[in-house]
Amino acid sequence: MRLSKAWLVASRDFKIFRRQKNIWYSIIVFPIIISVLFPTILEYAGQRSGALSAANLPNLLNSFSFFIVIGAAFIPLGIASYSIVGEKIEKSLEPLLATPLTDGEILLGKAIAALLPTLVAMYIGAAVFMVGIDAVTFGKLGYNYFPNWTFGVLLLVLLPVAAVMSVLYSVIVSSRVNDVRSASSYGILIFFPFMAIYLASEIRIISLDITGILIIAGILSAIDIALYFVSTAAFQREEILTKWK
Amino acid sequence: MIETDSLTKKFGDLTAVDNLTLQVNDGEVFGFLGPNGAGKTTTVRMLCCLISKTSGNARISGYDIANKNDSLKIRKIIGLVPDNVGLTEHLTAYDNLDFYGKIYGCSDSQRKESIKRFLEMLGLWDKRNVLAGTFSKGMKQKLAIARALIHDPEVLFMDEPTANLDPESAKTVREFILELKKEKKTIFLNTHNLDEAQRICDKIAILNTKLRGIGTPDYLEQAVKGRKTIITLKQTNDKILNALSKLSLKNLEHENHSLSFDVADPDSENWKVVEAIVLAGGRVTTVDVVGSTLEDVYLKLVRESA
Repeated sequence: MRLSKAWLVASRDFKIFRRQKNIWYSIIVFPIIISVLFPTILEYAGQRSGALSAANLPNLLNSFSFFIVIGAAFIPLGIASYSIVGEKIEKSLEPLLATPLTDGEILLGKAIAALLPTLVAMYIGAAVFMVGIDAVTFGKLGYNYFPNWTFGVLLLVLLPVAAVMSVLYSVIVSSRVNDVRSASSYGILIFFPFMAIYLASEIRIISLDITGILIIAGILSAIDIALYFVSTAAFQREEILTKWK
Repeated sequence: MIETDSLTKKFGDLTAVDNLTLQVNDGEVFGFLGPNGAGKTTTVRMLCCLISKTSGNARISGYDIANKNDSLKIRKIIGLVPDNVGLTEHLTAYDNLDFYGKIYGCSDSQRKESIKRFLEMLGLWDKRNVLAGTFSKGMKQKLAIARALIHDPEVLFMDEPTANLDPESAKTVREFILELKKEKKTIFLNTHNLDEAQRICDKIAILNTKLRGIGTPDYLEQAVKGRKTIITLKQTNDKILNALSKLSLKNLEHENHSLSFDVADPDSENWKVVEAIVLAGGRVTTVDVVGSTLEDVYLKLVRESA
């Protein structure tokens, strides 16, 4: 596997994305919502007496933090679906497969093209989110809640694992559908496990502390490995040319 | 050189290509004819290492299509113009070619030079910064051909490159193939267009799952249906017909003042017939050699195999 060749595929996709407004919107909307909306909600709630107490804030902030992970699972759906289904629609995979690139290099290139913008957007969003939250909670808490170790583990471990899961799932979905809209419809299913985690944390079945996040990341990593095998089996030249719809 | 030996591809119970054995020499333009579903595209895909074979062997420039290491080497030395052009529509013509040049490891200067050369040859240089998605079918086809040539491949596979093109675009593409022929490129051309195959190809194969015929266009025309000589006389009489009967001509027919018979080699046989007519007192007005067309041959072979 030559990373330089995979990077060529990713670079070409970046060039295509630059001309696609829909892709831009899908990359920037979620980080903006998270980084602006949540601090604004807290600011508004804080102005109402008794609505928020210093004791309740950490739990609430940890719950908010998890939306960064949901964002990381959301953004690659649009990019990866467009990237692969777009090639199917344009029938541009056949000439690409006839080049000296391996199937793995093409798939890795596609994965990089979906992952890199996601990680950059979500890390920038997370930075703005931390600054915003600290600005509106410092008065109540008396200290800056972010950054902290829990959020650090969430950003550096759980967020990439969730994004990879989304990319691999998108590859599988894209191999079975013929248009971006269908890919997005099936892609939405990826939300359910993350929403389940979020709800489980809200009703205290699981805790989103460092241990809890590492356990969740471990489980998702195992799912990632399973999805990797399924997606690489789906993304093979013979499959693509003879069995993809 | 392209060599296949009993190459076979099955999709479940369906045999798409059955025991295909052929050879294409270096610098040859090879026409691969056959009806829809005959297995032409499947053959090209196997030879380009896009799909696996079921049995048999095939080699491109000595590399085995079934060997994983060789398949990468094959893909380095071939260019493919697929039946669907498969351009990246949201990239410009220049960027489409530049991307493929990079994949093949061409240097910056090589890429710039090749892109300019091919876009100029195909009349697309002025459109180099236009998105490929806005191109007409003919322009897309030309761009796909340029893409397949960007790395100066030894062997070029073209899957129906003039299908669905208007006559002018088709003519440009054909002329471009003839230019490549002058450069001694080995070209494997899938086509439905018999006239195109006859004009461009050195050798032709007719496929309908199995190979039905192979050879030069002239060879196929003679071998399958043969040639006929038609001699028109001022007048015919029994003396002339008796003289001709002694020559043991195949399928000799006589109608009014015209005689026709099958002939294997017109150059060595017709003069003997003319001489016999003249010695018998006949006066020859015209001598014509009529061959069966490639279309006759194609239809005969395909119908026989159906």
